[in-house]
Amino acid sequence: MEKFMLIFHSPYAQETAFVQQSPEEIQAEIQKWNQWIGGIAAQGKMLGTEALLPFGKVMSKGGQLITDGPYTEGKEIVGGYTVVCADTIDEAAELAKGCPIFDSEGLLEIRQIMKFD
Amino acid sequence: MTPSSEPNQLVAHLFRHEAGRMASVLTCMLGFDRLQLAEDIVQDAMMQALYCWPFQGTPDNPRAWLYRVAKNKALDVVRRENLFRQISAELECDHRQNAIEAMVDQYFFEDDINDSQLRMLFACCDPSIAMESQVAMCLKILCGLSVKEIAGAFLTTPDTIEKRLYRAKEKIRSGGIRLEVPGGPQLPSRLNAVLKSLYLLFNEGYNSLHPDQLIRRDLCEEAMRLCLLLTQNPRTAMPAGQALLSLMCFQAARFDARTTETGAIVLLADQDRSRWNRDLIQKGHEYLNRSAEGDNLSEYHLEAGIAMLHCIAPSYDATDWPTILLYYDLLLQHQPSPVVALHRAVALANVEGPLNAILALSNLSGLETNQYYHAVLGDLYEQNRQPDRARQHYQRAHQLTPSPAEKELLTRKLHQCGVGN
Repeated sequence: MEKFMLIFHSPYAQETAFVQQSPEEIQAEIQKWNQWIGGIAAQGKMLGTEALLPFGKVMSKGGQLITDGPYTEGKEIVGGYTVVCADTIDEAAELAKGCPIFDSEGLLEIRQIMKFD
Repeated sequence: MTPSSEPNQLVAHLFRHEAGRMASVLTCMLGFDRLQLAEDIVQDAMMQALYCWPFQGTPDNPRAWLYRVAKNKALDVVRRENLFRQISAELECDHRQNAIEAMVDQYFFEDDINDSQLRMLFACCDPSIAMESQVAMCLKILCGLSVKEIAGAFLTTPDTIEKRLYRAKEKIRSGGIRLEVPGGPQLPSRLNAVLKSLYLLFNEGYNSLHPDQLIRRDLCEEAMRLCLLLTQNPRTAMPAGQALLSLMCFQAARFDARTTETGAIVLLADQDRSRWNRDLIQKGHEYLNRSAEGDNLSEYHLEAGIAMLHCIAPSYDATDWPTILLYYDLLLQHQPSPVVALHRAVALANVEGPLNAILALSNLSGLETNQYYHAVLGDLYEQNRQPDRARQHYQRAHQLTPSPAEKELLTRKLHQCGVGN
């Protein structure tokens, strides 16, 4: 079994528009993610997952320069990640297929986690 | 951290209903002038759920979780403000901290949640707010609908709804409206205003031309939920409220049978009565019985009585039309309006025949551009074997209605009385 990280990218404008949703829409969104994550967990392939808030700091120039996020209009930000286990990257891609991120403008990146042994 | 293996299903409309409750509670707590802040805190709590629940599993008691988060956010606001005041007055703050928390907890007890909602309901239906704004405020604050959703339900633009809400909120900000259930001699008239607003809200769902059944059903459900809240509180439980709730139950019982699967209209005479909801009819009877006290016969009593007679009739022909006509006569005395007179004419036709109904309608004015007036006249002339006249009125109704479903029904009617013969 290998580990894969699924990284969710979405346009910044969309992350902020998200906050404007009605209670009913928020509930529907939670339901969709529960469905997808629960489905992977039910197969015993879910290792961990976290969501990120749409703001932060960016450090550069040896830590000398700290700015409030690199986000400009249209720029994509990382909204969260999920770590799953699978035999191959194709299998991981199969698990990723029902991800609710595809219902919007977002995209999903799959990276194999390196083993140090 | 392991996400739950079973995807948790949330109760339908949980968020929407909790949003309405939490906004009411927080507004009572923070003050009516800070309604917007309360709404923002609610939205924040909902967003936090969206970020946490899929990843950490839905909590065992989602409602309690939302309340805890909203409460903490509100506490932050209260603490921050208190701190400023304390610094300026150089007051000691240790024991006051606990007092604030106890006070905030107080607002989140079940009875107080209902009380907050009632206070908000009366405030939203304050007579100084225009009727259309009252309904929009109820939907936004108490029912947790977004501006976009309200605009969708009323077939208008979000801008229009924003304006209605803005005007209402201006009234609130200007300080003329109190966030309370009025007491004493004021209560009956204020209660009437609330009932009127709920009646309109229900009708918007029940009779609107909106093609989406789901939205319309939601509006009816919200109106019933708020009306139930009124009737369950000993302070506001009045016979007229019970009667209105009874009327809503009888009407809602027939909701499904009024259209086919493809959305075509099925008239009362042709409805499959086995599709009427027995449980709701039963509820309607219960509330109607409870409404039968005191000496005030409201228009809701009469309308509920009419709806009840339709619900218990085994068929259209076997309906107790004479009693329905009697109720319409009383209703007409109560609120003389051409729309009530139009409905009365239908009952009259079933008791005394179409000719008398046509004569009764010929005395009416003010409905020349109402599609239902012409549809009813078309039907009456058809019954009276005057197909030419019937066609004229059906055609006029067809021109007047914006609803595709109604146009389709009228086209069927036109064919029935032989176009071109």
